[in-house]
Amino acid sequence: MQDFRYLSGVSTLQFDSEACTGCGMCEAVCPHRVFRLNDRLAHIVDKDGCMECGACANNCPAGAIRVTPGVGCAFYIVQSWIKGKEAARCGGPECC
Amino acid sequence: MDAKEKQTTACCGQPAEPSPCSCGSGTDVERLNGVSSTPAEPCRGSPAEPESDPFERPGYDRCNFVENFIDTPVGQIPRVKTSLDRSDFLGTLKVRLGIGRDNYKISPGLYCIGNPGPDAPVLVSANYRLTFHTLRRELAGLHAWILILDTRGVNVWCAAGKKTFSTAEVVRRVKLTGLERLVRHRDLILPQLSATGVAAHLVRKGCGFRVLWGPVYARGIRAFLNNGMKADESMRRVSFSLKERMVLVPVEVSHLPKYLLWVLLAGFALSGIGADVFSFHSAGSRGLMIAAACITGVFAGAVVTPILLPWIPGIRFSLKGALTGVLGGLFLVGWLWNRTTGWEALALFLLTVAMSSYLAMNFTGATPFTSPSGVEKEMRKAIPLQAAAFLISLIAWIGSAFST
Repeated sequence: MQDFRYLSGVSTLQFDSEACTGCGMCEAVCPHRVFRLNDRLAHIVDKDGCMECGACANNCPAGAIRVTPGVGCAFYIVQSWIKGKEAARCGGPECC
Repeated sequence: MDAKEKQTTACCGQPAEPSPCSCGSGTDVERLNGVSSTPAEPCRGSPAEPESDPFERPGYDRCNFVENFIDTPVGQIPRVKTSLDRSDFLGTLKVRLGIGRDNYKISPGLYCIGNPGPDAPVLVSANYRLTFHTLRRELAGLHAWILILDTRGVNVWCAAGKKTFSTAEVVRRVKLTGLERLVRHRDLILPQLSATGVAAHLVRKGCGFRVLWGPVYARGIRAFLNNGMKADESMRRVSFSLKERMVLVPVEVSHLPKYLLWVLLAGFALSGIGADVFSFHSAGSRGLMIAAACITGVFAGAVVTPILLPWIPGIRFSLKGALTGVLGGLFLVGWLWNRTTGWEALALFLLTVAMSSYLAMNFTGATPFTSPSGVEKEMRKAIPLQAAAFLISLIAWIGSAFST
């Protein structure tokens, strides 16, 4: 996926290395290899590769990772602008 | 009467009722009516169908992918085939074209491959039938249990995003199926992409099973199992190959007709407006040009852009779509050059570009690498420009009808 890059400097991903226990879950689950385990601590090595899927934060037992997860889908975002975030529908026969 | 009963039963596999045999020829009916002079003659219809197999249950239909059933401490479990048959390929084709895609499910619960014992691995997956086909195809020759969750017929990643492939569903399904009585170990292999919905540490807390993150793609599962349940770097990354992009195009396009219909109706209606208030003649002839621009825009934005995605310059999808839209628009305008005024040409060109740009931007939802923050940022810039192009196109189109 290195040949597919999207806008940089936009990801909401935040990592608190103080809280990290070095379990390596984030490294395992990230589909874009944003994290690397080094010296028993996780490091963000490619923040701009992040697509904000939320897998890392969901699987961090220490709660050291924060990200606003969501789907990077224009159709969904248009709906959330019109109907509000709660009423916006992702799914049905319309999309994934 | 005895002989007749035997004949009807042998011929059709139906209970011995005095109904005419449906598979034979007219002579059977004659025979039943007592017309035939040789009642003992054997049925000449097609040979008898095999008798019902021992796994049949009243009220249930056996799925085509089930080989047979095995007995286990938690009851009978279907053993599934690792090859696809005609109906599977047909079903795949249909959902890829966007037909019945939201109702292509299998029942959640336990399935198995080969001859799994209490130490065989447990693979967890979604109940989208296409996902299941993909998984079982990769498991030929292996022995494994498959735990299918109720993800409402949605694939792994999308279901994880919607939280139907969730921690709670994993825990619930493990308990419902009695998995702890089926296997001796306490490991579940989950597809990596389900991590958006499943928290490994909470699954352990909830049902005592440890989550092992399997590869992103089913095609990596064999290597993963042979490698001591370890995934290498390539198994952990999502890809977006030419083939993966191409299969998405028909589904993307299949969403469009219901919107396009309104656009075309409006296009025909606006095309009729002119110096003589409304002309059905120009509504027809000019409306067709609008339709041509729409088709060009759809082709450039929803077909060409996804397929050529990495080779079209730019990062923003709206820009990529605008570029293919410019090419498509120039082609269209060149084609209609002798039949349009300058203003009409401008209108058709801008409509094509705006449409292509918008549709290309919508493709972000189908890619595995665009972040919502990025898409929103792109849209805040792109939508005003697309809307402006569309408005200028509209004014030029209506205005051109008055300028002659």
